[in-house]
Amino acid sequence: MFQILQNVNIDWLRHRRWFIGVSVLLMLVGLGSAVLRQATGRQAFNLGVDFKGGTVVTARFKQRPPDDAIRGALTTTGVGDATVQPVTDRPDTVLIKVPLVEGQDGRTQVRNALNTFGKEAAPNLELSADPNAAYKIVGTDAVGAIAGAQLRNKAIAVTLAALVGILMYIAFRFEWTYGAAAVIAVFHDVLVTLGFFSIFQIEVSLNVIAALLTLVGFSVNDTIVVFDRIRENRKLHRRDPLYKITNDSINQTLSRTTITNGLVFLSVLALVLFGGDVLRAFSLALFIGVIVGTWSSIAVASPIMVWWEQRLEAANRASALSFNQPRVIKATGAGAGTGPTKRTKQIRTS
Amino acid sequence: MKKKNLLTRVIIIAIVTLVGLYLVIGPRHRPHFKDFSWSGIKASLKSNIHLGLDLQGGTHLVMRVKTADYLQRLTEENYRAAQTAAQDAGFQVPGGRADVGQGNYRVVLDLADPSKANEVKDAVQKKVELGDTSAWAFSQSGNQIMWTMTAAAERTLADNATQQALNIIDRRINALGIAEPTLQTHGAQSAHQILLQMPGVQDPERVKEVLRVESRLELVHVIGPPSPAPPTTYATEQEALASLNTGGNLPPNRKILPYKKRARPNPDGTPAPDQPTQYVVVETPGIIRGEELRTATASQSQGGSINDFEISFALNKSGADKFGAWTGAHVNDYMGVNLNDKIESIAYIRSQIFDQGQITGNFSKEEAEDLALTLRSGALPAAIEYIEERTVGPSLGQDSINAGVRASLVGLALVIVFMLFYYRGAGINAVVALILNMILMMAGLIVFGATLTLPGIAGIILTIGMAVDSNVLVFERIREELRSGKTVASAVEQGFNRAFVTIIDTHVTTIVSSLFLFVFGTGPIRGFAVTLVIGLLVNLFSAVYVSKTIFIWLLSRKERVESLSI
Repeated sequence: MFQILQNVNIDWLRHRRWFIGVSVLLMLVGLGSAVLRQATGRQAFNLGVDFKGGTVVTARFKQRPPDDAIRGALTTTGVGDATVQPVTDRPDTVLIKVPLVEGQDGRTQVRNALNTFGKEAAPNLELSADPNAAYKIVGTDAVGAIAGAQLRNKAIAVTLAALVGILMYIAFRFEWTYGAAAVIAVFHDVLVTLGFFSIFQIEVSLNVIAALLTLVGFSVNDTIVVFDRIRENRKLHRRDPLYKITNDSINQTLSRTTITNGLVFLSVLALVLFGGDVLRAFSLALFIGVIVGTWSSIAVASPIMVWWEQRLEAANRASALSFNQPRVIKATGAGAGTGPTKRTKQIRTS
Repeated sequence: MKKKNLLTRVIIIAIVTLVGLYLVIGPRHRPHFKDFSWSGIKASLKSNIHLGLDLQGGTHLVMRVKTADYLQRLTEENYRAAQTAAQDAGFQVPGGRADVGQGNYRVVLDLADPSKANEVKDAVQKKVELGDTSAWAFSQSGNQIMWTMTAAAERTLADNATQQALNIIDRRINALGIAEPTLQTHGAQSAHQILLQMPGVQDPERVKEVLRVESRLELVHVIGPPSPAPPTTYATEQEALASLNTGGNLPPNRKILPYKKRARPNPDGTPAPDQPTQYVVVETPGIIRGEELRTATASQSQGGSINDFEISFALNKSGADKFGAWTGAHVNDYMGVNLNDKIESIAYIRSQIFDQGQITGNFSKEEAEDLALTLRSGALPAAIEYIEERTVGPSLGQDSINAGVRASLVGLALVIVFMLFYYRGAGINAVVALILNMILMMAGLIVFGATLTLPGIAGIILTIGMAVDSNVLVFERIREELRSGKTVASAVEQGFNRAFVTIIDTHVTTIVSSLFLFVFGTGPIRGFAVTLVIGLLVNLFSAVYVSKTIFIWLLSRKERVESLSI
């Protein structure tokens, strides 16, 4: 039997300050990038047309002119700040992005410019089937200001709604502290990933939102596997403190964490390498998300949960000592005649 | 493990697998031998799985009905009618206005004698639809009386306008002969948006033009001396207003509209130079409205050039009666065709006409055909604007499919190789479960009639990840139990039982959040959620039930099993 990571015994929680520190630092770097860019008049995020409005035209050529020639053609036909971006895995294709101008149709603007290179293929013909054509517009995404704002708000609302759903279910199955810790960890993943997108100015499109939701799924999955083990171990080893139980649980699930996340990582790597430009931003978001998500379920979710539970316990003990001391003694001693205080209830049920 | 138990499990799995497989690759008609050849399977696969527009190619259009414009026009029409009704009943109304600023829609009349307010109100409400108190709230302040549109009526009227626009767009799309369109309202009801999806349409230019035309048609009396004098036109709007001698105020029964005479195109088909815009004074309300049209067709103008087309129309019964009476009384007067508040053509009445007429104006063939089509389908209650437009050519969609399939296959292959290497015999369980998962997930998509989109492929990738995870969870647990000295049979049993709790929790969490995505999400996000939910439900079957059955079968082959390849 070939086994990696057998009988590991790492004191993960001892490093919790470092873990949280690194996570906070990562979030701050991303946030700092966004804020700094916004403050200096640049864009915090490289929002795609889905959220900002504008037109992206995908044009395919028989003989693709150099990017500068396309840019020049756009300028001479009156489109000032267009961006021309080649598609790496399709050398005959370019993406032309035109900002939103009220009363102007981006597709027509680009078509006028491209007509300087030759005719467009007839609407019902593929480019190769039309001998007189030089190019063909194979795709457009035009989003107006209203739709852009709408899609943006919807994307945020949907992500938050998904987090609420997760919180509710985990709170129902475990404790609400577990749910809160899991949601904080996932929120951290989303923030760090977005920060990465801000720093490297990777375009944020609707597909990136789908990727963010996918990474939320993976990260919560990871966290729940650990929490499930904690729940089980708490039943099996009632004497052990939560600190030790959590460490043991992370260690016991470590081989599973490594294998699953390693495999997911490989699949996503395949997506980055073979998925082509269409899926590029999506795969990158997932790529970062898988790394951050694995990190957060060990380094963020568990420490927060333990810290929170310990505080609750301490608070309970403190309130028991200051107000209910005689009653608690009575309750543990005789077990009768005490009022229905929170403390006594807990002792009975645990 | 009992043999009988095993048999039941195997039968259930076999049936589910076969049904799933048939749903994916089988034809929907009575099967034939050639349906199971390679090309037959490919054809069935293609027709069974609904691809989204982003994969199949097509146009996705979101339009917004400008309902505020509609309410504004309605208020203005009511104001003119109220003004006319009050004056016809013999009351003095020196002023008034349609007050349409800041989301308010209000008809205001200034009375010469405020004590007659109630009589004026009654006289107006007898003729104009301002009497419904749930729609128009009446109030008086000083010498002004006003009707204010209620918030409820604003909502209802705007919603109705959107619904009406939807119906008219539906008729126009059908007239254009577009195959398998999807047309529905989009987003929140208060957004007044319409989504139109047209698979296979790559260049929506003409469709967009045809759908956008409001086609509010009106035949109007053009004010001025009758023929043989030429029609009275003015160079500017101010000049037209001054000709009315009303001190710069536009009387409620008059409108000033632009008139751009279309030049005849040059014989070689190139357009002629633009003519300057002129203005004419017309009477309002008009003689005939677009709703009174029975039909409209485009035809070549008699004696015109090849590029000169006109639209002939016929009126319905009530329209013909009105038109006959009016033309009989106005021989030699000028009549104009008002299309979307622009005069398209002006002609004088040669003799009484009943139900036939032409709109001339040097239209091109396509212009005339599109105009006739929109006139037949009825007028849009308000203008529409396009707020989102996405087109995907079939070749671009194919690129996406190829990229998605390639990436998924590479990922799947990596997973399979690793599982077989790391878990040996048990790896086969995982591979069987994974492949079954893919087949049943496709079958699920087909059963629920869901469409597969690019974000849906993301859902598939997440499903593969979670399916592998379920297997890893079970196998690691079995290994743990074996290490702690349990027998093989009890380790398998315990491993599944323990891991099952975790699997349920991870799956239900994701399904719950996916349900939120489905309820609150838009098109592409929904595609993601649907694929994911189906994939996870299938996974509970394939990774737990099927995988466990394989273990049971392995254990049942010998009396005592000493070791397990895991």
